[in-house]
Amino acid sequence: MRIIHPVPYGRYLAVALILLAAGFIVKSFAEGQVDWSVTWRYLFWPNILMGLVNTIWMSILCMAIGIAIGLASALARESVNPVLRGASIFYTWFFRGAPLILQLLLWYNLALIFPRISLFGFYDARTVDIITPAVAALLAFGLNAGAYASEIIRAGLLGVDRGQFEAAKAIGMTNSVALRRIVIPQAMRTVLPPLGNEFISLIKMTSLASIIGFSDLLRSVQNIYFINTRIIEMLMVATVWYLFVVTILSIFQHRLEARFGRGFAKGGRR
Amino acid sequence: MSDRSVPIPLVRARGVGKSFHGSAALTDIDIDVHQGEVVCLIGPSGSGKTTFLRCINQLETYDKGAIWLDGELLGYKETGDALRPLSEREIAGQRSKTGMVFQRFNLFPHLTALQNITEGPVRVLRQDRARAEASAMQLLRRVGLEEKAPAYPSELSGGQQQRIAIARALAMQPQLMLFDEPTSALDPELVGDVLNVMRDLAGTGMTMLVVTHEMAFAREVGDRVVVMDRGRVVEAGPASEVMTYPKEERTRNFLRLVSRA
Repeated sequence: MRIIHPVPYGRYLAVALILLAAGFIVKSFAEGQVDWSVTWRYLFWPNILMGLVNTIWMSILCMAIGIAIGLASALARESVNPVLRGASIFYTWFFRGAPLILQLLLWYNLALIFPRISLFGFYDARTVDIITPAVAALLAFGLNAGAYASEIIRAGLLGVDRGQFEAAKAIGMTNSVALRRIVIPQAMRTVLPPLGNEFISLIKMTSLASIIGFSDLLRSVQNIYFINTRIIEMLMVATVWYLFVVTILSIFQHRLEARFGRGFAKGGRR
Repeated sequence: MSDRSVPIPLVRARGVGKSFHGSAALTDIDIDVHQGEVVCLIGPSGSGKTTFLRCINQLETYDKGAIWLDGELLGYKETGDALRPLSEREIAGQRSKTGMVFQRFNLFPHLTALQNITEGPVRVLRQDRARAEASAMQLLRRVGLEEKAPAYPSELSGGQQQRIAIARALAMQPQLMLFDEPTSALDPELVGDVLNVMRDLAGTGMTMLVVTHEMAFAREVGDRVVVMDRGRVVEAGPASEVMTYPKEERTRNFLRLVSRA
């Protein structure tokens, strides 16, 4: 007897709709009033590249701060010390709870609360001199990223079987060595995808820093279209660069995932 | 035979007690394990065998009595007339003198079989890698898994994983090997390979304390058997004697239940 498979009408319909939508988008951009030669000309403009570099280093530094604080906060949260636990809970509560743009403005206007910053008499300076737009952005994005990373890393640590910790201790490892060599490498596997997500959203969030005068990619694009009025063309320049950076990051993330997936049944190189 | 002075036991437990949230898990445990002896801990589940084993390895703390390993008090130090808990580093040092084999193997899944074995010697004993790898290969040969050196645990059967776990523990050159129901999580046809490795190990004179439900193994390989029930030692003695002519009613009941299974 012959097997007759049902015709997948639903799938054909979906393909047709997607092709239609794609065609529509391509057509409208081709016909629309976008002068692509302007976009192309400004793509490698020195000021744009400067903005791009600023966006990249700001994102990387904030993510590094975020991961460092996030790890500390996650460990504090799982500690037996109730004060550490409380501090960690308070930290994530505040820095996840308050809107990011508000945190950015608070840090930037810190001088209104503390006109001078002093480190026990060793160092003393006017707050406005220290809290530049870049410093305010680092503090705001770094602390915010840390609050999210804390929960992501904590989930990863909790996901590692308790027996792993015991086996590590049984061969004489101290807590910190067991954590570094045995538990964290295994947690990486589950932590990387959401952390990559976090990094990508951080790259885009750094554009908020343009409101306090940090010269990031978006700001450098705006500076030019305020003068040449080619708004859409310039926004396309920024779009291209943001997508480029995110693509590079995704490739990097994929490699890391393969690296830390070794030994686990699916995915990853043997 | 004039030199038969009683040697100090490698493990000496006196009056060991432990309670979880007010209910006693261990009460007044006295157990000695002498150098080169194989002692099997048997008894119904929940009788405290595993808890006692974990106290020796300090994965649990005991709150009454004392345990000495090779004359050294475990977990505490005597200062004047008081006992103070050891630091984490000191406890880690004491732990590295005992090897532990877990019921569920607990191999490190992100490391190959070889790396599982070299991890302790390299990170804890600070051996150089080449030397650690050479002795790891010897251990792999000893447990019959030389060709599995580059394999990850997920690619090995339960029996193979447990043999790697034994090699991992041996790599630390322990004075004492602790086995926590090492064959309970295995498919029946894989039990034999693991027991063979343990039998060979006993033959080399390794001191072993084995929590087990394998009565044939206890009878054949065990020098002595300790029967536990409800956190207490019910009976202890030479394996053949205790298992053939048990003195205590509770031992008889347990052996009858096990033999019926």
